[in-house]
Amino acid sequence: MKNYLKIYLPILFAVFAVSFACAQSGQDEIVITRPVDTFGQKPVPVSLDGFSGEVADVLRFDLYVQGFSFVTPDAAQYQISGGNSGNVTGSVNDKFARKIILSRSYTGASLRRQAHAFADDIVFAITGKKGIAQTKITFKAASENGNGEIYVADFDGHNAQAVTHDGTIVAAPAWLPGRLALFYTSYQPGNPDIFYHNLSTGRRSIVAGFSGLNTGAAVSPDGSKLAMILSKSGSPNVWVCNVDGSDLKRLTTGLEDSSPCWSPDGQWICFATKINERRALAKVPAGGGAIQRISTAGAPNPTEPDWSPDGKWIAFTCQFSGEFDICVMPAGGGTPTVLVAGQDPSWSSNSRTLVFNHAVGYRQVLSVLDVFTKQVKDIGRISGSDSQPAWAR
Amino acid sequence: MKTMKLIYPLALVLAVTLASTGCRSHKPVGITPIPGSQTGTPGDENGNGTLPPGNTMTPDNGANGTNSVIPVANADEFDNMTEDRAALAANTVHFAYDSAAVKSSEQSNLEAVTSALGSDANAKLLIEGYCDERGTEEYNRSLGERRALALREALAKLGVDPSRVRTISYGKDRPADPGHDESAWAKNRRGEFVLLHPKASS
Repeated sequence: MKNYLKIYLPILFAVFAVSFACAQSGQDEIVITRPVDTFGQKPVPVSLDGFSGEVADVLRFDLYVQGFSFVTPDAAQYQISGGNSGNVTGSVNDKFARKIILSRSYTGASLRRQAHAFADDIVFAITGKKGIAQTKITFKAASENGNGEIYVADFDGHNAQAVTHDGTIVAAPAWLPGRLALFYTSYQPGNPDIFYHNLSTGRRSIVAGFSGLNTGAAVSPDGSKLAMILSKSGSPNVWVCNVDGSDLKRLTTGLEDSSPCWSPDGQWICFATKINERRALAKVPAGGGAIQRISTAGAPNPTEPDWSPDGKWIAFTCQFSGEFDICVMPAGGGTPTVLVAGQDPSWSSNSRTLVFNHAVGYRQVLSVLDVFTKQVKDIGRISGSDSQPAWAR
Repeated sequence: MKTMKLIYPLALVLAVTLASTGCRSHKPVGITPIPGSQTGTPGDENGNGTLPPGNTMTPDNGANGTNSVIPVANADEFDNMTEDRAALAANTVHFAYDSAAVKSSEQSNLEAVTSALGSDANAKLLIEGYCDERGTEEYNRSLGERRALALREALAKLGVDPSRVRTISYGKDRPADPGHDESAWAKNRRGEFVLLHPKASS
């Protein structure tokens, strides 16, 4: 009886609501247009039972930043239960469909990694989309004197390891898509140069060491081309070349460009620039051509764009009066939405979550944001100021 | 054999029953082994002095650029120089917020730098561009470079050969004043001049 009520009550309510609306429209044609609030979605209510310690913490973190909320088993849409004595074992009961949609146990590695794997399976079972719980990020960690090192870590900040030991300014790390390899900027040679660093072998080499500024490396989604900022022609501009360095070509000629990123089809490079002395976003065909301004009306002083892998969105940093905010807008043009305070957003591979940094006092802390529910959590920090995160994808 | 055959339909009935009643105590249907303890370990870079010389890209002197600004100097010509930071320390140039325009009030500093270079034909110049902390990191790295390059262009107008001048941007990473107010920011939006002399031995 209890179950029947749960199913029929919403239907009864809906019938009532519709009849009420009809009664209203009988007098006057009322068209109810409910705008779809893309960025104010309700989290999916789940319950979590039987897990303890680190496994429970990992599951709660991983699910929270992917748009789930935690409620009692009675109120949950999905009941997640299991245990972690020895290994992680768990199942997901879909209460609406009244069936078990996931049931697995995990062996090997560590409980922490098993829990991340279970979180990914939960996300896939419920949403049909690949989760992010086993992905990696790279970022810079700087001390107060401005010097720092490049790090890689799990997406939740755990297992952080220094990639560089330069003791100089480092900046703008970026992944070679699908590979354990980074491009980043280091002042180690006495000049800001772009390095390629193979994380498996530890070997690195300078790929752009021209006089002046070499920074902002961004690899095309197919891994074949490198976009970057070089000032070798007398101004910081967007340049592109093959990842082996051949076929170097200047794409922009403005006075002050920064932070290039790629469209997922590899056709466009979006970047921050200055137009009529004002900060703006623009895009240029990756093979060269006319620059097109991207309007960010309502989100002033845009910088640090990042194009979502599904092609739908461009996330960027805007600045109203001193403070920085993370903004998202449709890549094809449209109104930007301000999400949370922070800067330098980077999309996860499933185009749902952003990693970014935000100020705590005068230091920067990394945070992970579920874009569509705006659920956000800080991730484990190294020391000093952590910034410029880039998600492996 | 007979009992084995019976188990399958029984298990199926049991599974369906358990699933439909949402019973929590059931056996998992799959086991996922998690490989290794790490999905990747960054190799250790024991860096100093192990970098390959030069770069893997074809040098380009900016011939395909269309901007009117001056291509940067050849970095190789600045090897084996010693830095004299004191000589032009009094001639640091300051900028307006978010601007790389060289103010006319800075003319005397530019002239002092020009005459220092004029009196020593072997000297070269390093211009360091800096920003205040407002503005994002890479944006400021480009702004700092543009400030340094704007000073280089201004010196060229005063007759300095731009091939004697190289630039570096420190963005907002090296403030002159660690404060967080307008008085600190005004000091931090700057271009510093470092006189370079050939090393005595060479």
